[in-house]
Amino acid sequence: MLETAATHEAAAGVSYALRWIVALPLAGAAINLIAGKRLQDAAGRTAVAVLGSAMSIASFVCVVAAFLRLRSLPVDERLLLDTVSSWIHIGDLDVSIALAFDPLSAVMCLIITGIGSLIHIYSYGYMDEDPANWRFFGMLNLFLFCMLTLILGDNMLVMFVGWEGVGLCSWGLIGFWHSDHTNTAAANKAFLVNRIGDFAFLCGMFLLFWSLADSGKATLVFRELAHAVPALEGMTLWGMGVATLVTLLLFVGATGKSAQIPLYVWLPDAMAGPTPVSALIHAATMVTAGVYMIVRLNFLFSMAPFTMQVITAVGAATAFFAATIGLSQHDIKKVLAYSTVSQLGYMFMAVGVGAYAAGIFHLLTHAFFKACLFLGAGSVIHALHHEQDMRRMGGLRSYMPVTFGTFLISALAIAGVPGFAGFFSKDEILWRAFLANPVIWAVGLAAAGMTAFYMFRAVFLTFAGECRVEGHAREHLHESSWTMTLPLVVLAAGAAGAGYLGVPAALGGANHFEQWLAPVVELEHAALSHAAGGHDTTLEYVLMALSVATAGLGILLAYLIYIRKSLSAATFAAIGGGVPYRLSFNKYFVDEFYYGFFLNGVLSLSRALAWIDLHVVDGIVNGAARVVRISSDFGGAIDHYVVDGLVNGTATVVDRCGAAARKLQTGGINAYLYVLVLAVILVLFSRAW
Amino acid sequence: MESAIGLNHFLAVGLILFCLGLFCVLTRRNAIGVLMGVELILNGANVNYVAFSKYSAAAVDGQVFSVFVIMLAAAEAAIGLALVLAIYRSFRAIDVSVMRTLRG
Amino acid sequence: MEGLSAEVVVFFFLAGVAVVGACGVAFATHIVYSALSLMLSFLGVAGLYVMLDADFVAGVQLLVYVGGVVVLTLFAVMLTQGIRDVKVSNRSAGRGFGLLTVVAVFALLWRSFQAAQWHRPVEYLAAESSTAAVGNALLGRYVLPFEVASLVLLAVLVGAVVLTRKETAESE
Repeated sequence: MLETAATHEAAAGVSYALRWIVALPLAGAAINLIAGKRLQDAAGRTAVAVLGSAMSIASFVCVVAAFLRLRSLPVDERLLLDTVSSWIHIGDLDVSIALAFDPLSAVMCLIITGIGSLIHIYSYGYMDEDPANWRFFGMLNLFLFCMLTLILGDNMLVMFVGWEGVGLCSWGLIGFWHSDHTNTAAANKAFLVNRIGDFAFLCGMFLLFWSLADSGKATLVFRELAHAVPALEGMTLWGMGVATLVTLLLFVGATGKSAQIPLYVWLPDAMAGPTPVSALIHAATMVTAGVYMIVRLNFLFSMAPFTMQVITAVGAATAFFAATIGLSQHDIKKVLAYSTVSQLGYMFMAVGVGAYAAGIFHLLTHAFFKACLFLGAGSVIHALHHEQDMRRMGGLRSYMPVTFGTFLISALAIAGVPGFAGFFSKDEILWRAFLANPVIWAVGLAAAGMTAFYMFRAVFLTFAGECRVEGHAREHLHESSWTMTLPLVVLAAGAAGAGYLGVPAALGGANHFEQWLAPVVELEHAALSHAAGGHDTTLEYVLMALSVATAGLGILLAYLIYIRKSLSAATFAAIGGGVPYRLSFNKYFVDEFYYGFFLNGVLSLSRALAWIDLHVVDGIVNGAARVVRISSDFGGAIDHYVVDGLVNGTATVVDRCGAAARKLQTGGINAYLYVLVLAVILVLFSRAW
Repeated sequence: MESAIGLNHFLAVGLILFCLGLFCVLTRRNAIGVLMGVELILNGANVNYVAFSKYSAAAVDGQVFSVFVIMLAAAEAAIGLALVLAIYRSFRAIDVSVMRTLRG
Repeated sequence: MEGLSAEVVVFFFLAGVAVVGACGVAFATHIVYSALSLMLSFLGVAGLYVMLDADFVAGVQLLVYVGGVVVLTLFAVMLTQGIRDVKVSNRSAGRGFGLLTVVAVFALLWRSFQAAQWHRPVEYLAAESSTAAVGNALLGRYVLPFEVASLVLLAVLVGAVVLTRKETAESE
């Protein structure tokens, strides 16, 4: 099908039937969401699951075909294009529904459809007790469609459609078990917090477009933007560079979608959704959209050094704070959620210092090991009948060997143990961060140590020691079915091996990954070769050794506390009077702060206004009334004794006039209309004659 | 060629529609009848707009205005009739002479 | 009157339809007859628009008024009184005084436009379809009013729903 597609050479980019990549999941979603219930009733849940998975896998095959076609092209011409139809054409604005496939989108699409397909297969095992499989698989397919639209969109508007679409699917899947109020509340929270970011994203897009329109280069197509944005140089708005303002707004959008400070609060709550959803949307794909967007617009962000500093600072702060929260959580999914926030912080740190390729590389390796960790956690949760508290797990190693093995490999990868994927990507980021600013590097290193600690805390609490599972769940402990373990094994293989795609030069590798992305992030590449003039291999080795030592320290500490028990967790919790522990355990009270500050702020404001209304405004009115009353008492006294008869006469006249005037207010609408029309006639007559 | 029909003819039609609408609004006791009168008034105004648009150099501005008027008339009809339904629920009648709660 | 051209005949026919319909609205005793007369009047006016080369406005007139407003009106009549009810009241109030007022308005306006010195000599512009020009004007010079109009319609939508919704017990 794809081979027969038109492949004639265009001026820029090769035309290719990319539409099938997005159309297949959309078709699956349409069938499952419209007719899925009947299909499931008639043919069982296997039918809907197979349909959803088949569409996902077919899409993956299309992506692989497109990827191979892309690789066959010369490096400078690696771009596949597919214009589906024109969309909006008004004035300067000319937007088509167009898809573009370049090395960056190739990486993202492979991750999305590859891991997406594995998670579809896994979901078949995980959702075996759920009556609404059709809705689940339909939403998963719809998510794939939206996410692929986001990635493949050739212009910002198509990207924004996907951007909103993934938010919608995320909302639908977090609240998948909608009969429970906490789930729907979490879904709504995710949606609303995302909306704040989306609004900023829109503003950034508008500002960019109109600023470019001023210089006659209005466009929203990424490739044309790359040539148009130099026109923004020197433009200012409200005393700020337009490029800085645009990128800051876009970055706020990214913080919403990718769960960075200050908009990260929705992601931990999003764990209310089914675990495969957490693995796909809230670890591997959707939350990385912000990173992707920044890398996609790297030429724009590189023009705004201030924004880059903000991104670096926010990324480093998020990586650190989220890691500290992860130290003390009991819920296994919450640990993984904060770990995700923290790792996303790393990616932003990378793009903030201009290491775009390193950011995307970490995105890739993170997708593997975090998806694997989530699915492993899901496997445990499934076996324990939806128990998520690690204090009631333990000793599961012998019952669930495959889950344990894959979970351990992924934990080693995320901790940055040499040889595993996370080591290469994380060290690349830390090294580039050190070149930019040693403080950022130190923060990142501390976060890496904590990551190693809390991941192995999770491993030991869940799989090692004695079994703390209670009651009847314990008798049914067993390894999950093959549909669940197969994805785990594949992802664990990725978590172990994906790092070898980008072995840095210092370790004798050729860094294929960075070279592959080079056409997309040219500017960064130039900057890198510039920096490479002072390339210090020894320094890189030292940094590498330090980060490995930090990770080792974290793992050792977890081992001493949770296996050997020679150190007590309670003593650490008591450090500083227990304040740091309570801060971490309660997530720094950020939710409470947002609730108190924004929600109560509005409530207090309205209460204050009500008080003003009651005491000040009413006081004035009552005071005026009192003044009037006193004066009329006085007048009344005079009336009564001095001009009684006159007053009565006046009163009678007023009373009569009132009674007469009252008749004007008939209450009938026709009477009012007559008055209106006659008045108009009078006015017109007075002007016409 | 000078046409036998000119601007004034159309203005006259618009005026007649306007006056009949006004009469309807003034004399009807049925709230729906009053609303119909309002629609007639708006139509009279619209005929004028389109006629001016045709017989002047102001291009299509008059037509654009008439499109907006039609839009607002539709909105007014929807809200007006919704109000009539609401009034009917509370008074069990739509005779405007019955609704006299504003009486002084 | 010699030289009774087709244009004159068509104009007086359409104007007659519009005016007769309007008279029906104003004087009919049965509210349903009023509504149907209103439709007749709208059709006549739509014809006048075509004569004035305003194809688009004529189309909108047909769609919105004839298709929408009249049907809505009939619905309201049925919902409030029941179409089979014999007592479909459409009485008028104070006809004499109303007539007097309207005649005054008519005289005033008639005098004003007969006396008016129109800015430029009345002439026919080239008769070509103006739909494209209207479209450009709506999305060009008038794009802001156009967008505001969409907000108005949204508000109307919500408002109409709120107004006609039955009161539920949960409001406490």
